[in-house]
Amino acid sequence: MAPIVRVNDLRKSYASGFEALKGVTLDIEEGEILALLGPNGAGKTTLISTICGITMPSSGTVTVGGNDILKDYRAARSMIGLVPQELSLEAFETVFNAVSFSRGLFGKSRNDALVTDILRQLGLLDKKDTKIMALSGGMKRRVLIAKALAHEPRILFLDEPTAGVDVELRKDMWAVVDRLRQDGVTIILTTHYIEEAEAMADRVAVIDKGQIMLVQDKDALMSHMGQKELIIQLDQPLVGDLPDALGKYGLEAIEEGARLRYVYDTKADRTGITALLNDLQLAGLQMVDMETRQSSLEEIFVGLVKGDAA
Amino acid sequence: MNYQAMRAIYIFEMSRFFRTYRQSFLAPVISTSLYFIVFGAAIGSRIDQVEGVSYGAFIVPGLIMLSVMTQATSNASFGIYFPKFTGSIYELLSAPINFLEATVGYVGAAASKALIIGAIIFATSFFFVDVQVMHPLAMVAFLILTCLSFSLLGFIIGIWAGNFEQLQIIPLLIITPLVFLGGSFYSTTMLPPFWQAVTLLNPVHYLISGFRWSFFEQADVPVGVSLLAIAAFTALCLGAIAWIFRTGWRIRS
Repeated sequence: MAPIVRVNDLRKSYASGFEALKGVTLDIEEGEILALLGPNGAGKTTLISTICGITMPSSGTVTVGGNDILKDYRAARSMIGLVPQELSLEAFETVFNAVSFSRGLFGKSRNDALVTDILRQLGLLDKKDTKIMALSGGMKRRVLIAKALAHEPRILFLDEPTAGVDVELRKDMWAVVDRLRQDGVTIILTTHYIEEAEAMADRVAVIDKGQIMLVQDKDALMSHMGQKELIIQLDQPLVGDLPDALGKYGLEAIEEGARLRYVYDTKADRTGITALLNDLQLAGLQMVDMETRQSSLEEIFVGLVKGDAA
Repeated sequence: MNYQAMRAIYIFEMSRFFRTYRQSFLAPVISTSLYFIVFGAAIGSRIDQVEGVSYGAFIVPGLIMLSVMTQATSNASFGIYFPKFTGSIYELLSAPINFLEATVGYVGAAASKALIIGAIIFATSFFFVDVQVMHPLAMVAFLILTCLSFSLLGFIIGIWAGNFEQLQIIPLLIITPLVFLGGSFYSTTMLPPFWQAVTLLNPVHYLISGFRWSFFEQADVPVGVSLLAIAAFTALCLGAIAWIFRTGWRIRS
């Protein structure tokens, strides 16, 4: 089956000369949940805005359901629902009217039962006659999601859906996403939280400085991301090479032998830590302290890119 | 055509108007009543007839035009500027609609509001003066065309404006002076020849003159010229809007 969204060599330069997208090529399969992962300013929002028609591409093509986003913009945009990052809402309108308006804007006839159902799913039903300006930030976020779903899109873009969102909403939102997935809706979400990608996505695309660094199944990616470091502080700096008995652990002496670094995989059957500690003792090395730490997202990005190049 | 979208925008905009009905209806009624009291009754009673019409009645078409033009412009400019300001315009830009549909929705609503206000002011004038309309159909046609063309202008201003100051500045510095100097409260035949000629450069003058003709059958310029002028103005605004949407000027980066 052809991908539902095809992005081909998409470039976007702004009048200031800033190049936000530098030739992005990406296929999104129907029914999948794709997480677009990247640091702030990586081009995530520009990519989404361009696919949705808010920003004009400088060059390259995008098709949605086989429809070119410029030539067949009606067909392309009708398939898409967008939840923007900012809480951009008409303050004085009621929740119900705002959601109903979105449905009409996308060319669908009025359907109060459907709008009511969407509001119920998002826990907004008791707020339906409340003016949007009276809602909390989390509730406004729900309204944005309801507006995006009002025209029954086949593709949903969620731009940083859980930025500044409480635990309860996050859970509700994941439940909504799950239900949409069961209905066959394709979902693209941007995030800079690995946990979010891990919880929701089938595939992960990493974007940085306007370029797609890699696209991978989540499971494969998470095994990279499951790496942690164990730093062992020795009572005396190590003199000379590591004992041969410790060779198999791939230890690295840092700070002139005062510490040893061991990289292990939290997702593996065995981390090898117990064996390492035993062998350290057998080799006569005394520990005074140890700590573990998770690689930061940036380090993982760098690691991934290096790993890819190798 | 995406009729549902046009309908949705129209209803959404009209509901904003009715939600703020005090501001929407009462303000123009009160200000117009004040004009009638000051110009019509207090000062007007000391002025002779203007071209065979009592001064109080003479200013009715001008007053309606004044309100309709300013209301149409400000309603339309606010209607499109506000989503830009709050950021909610993302939805309009990502919707499967073209420029014509968006314009029909926003401008149609703004023109409707101005038309309603014009009708209210017209009704209010009966409380103060004796007004007759010689050509009711022409009057309605002029009113509708004026509402429409100035809503189009307001729509352009709203798209152009980058902040609230810019939103206000064109109505304040250009439209209001043009309306006042276009003969809302006087016949340009009362002016010296030089200023009469200058007034011919004022596009609003043609609208007021044509509109007044529909009331009293007397005009400063031939009614055909008035119609032509307003048609040209409407076409100009439509062309500008088509260009804006094609290029994405000020709305789509």
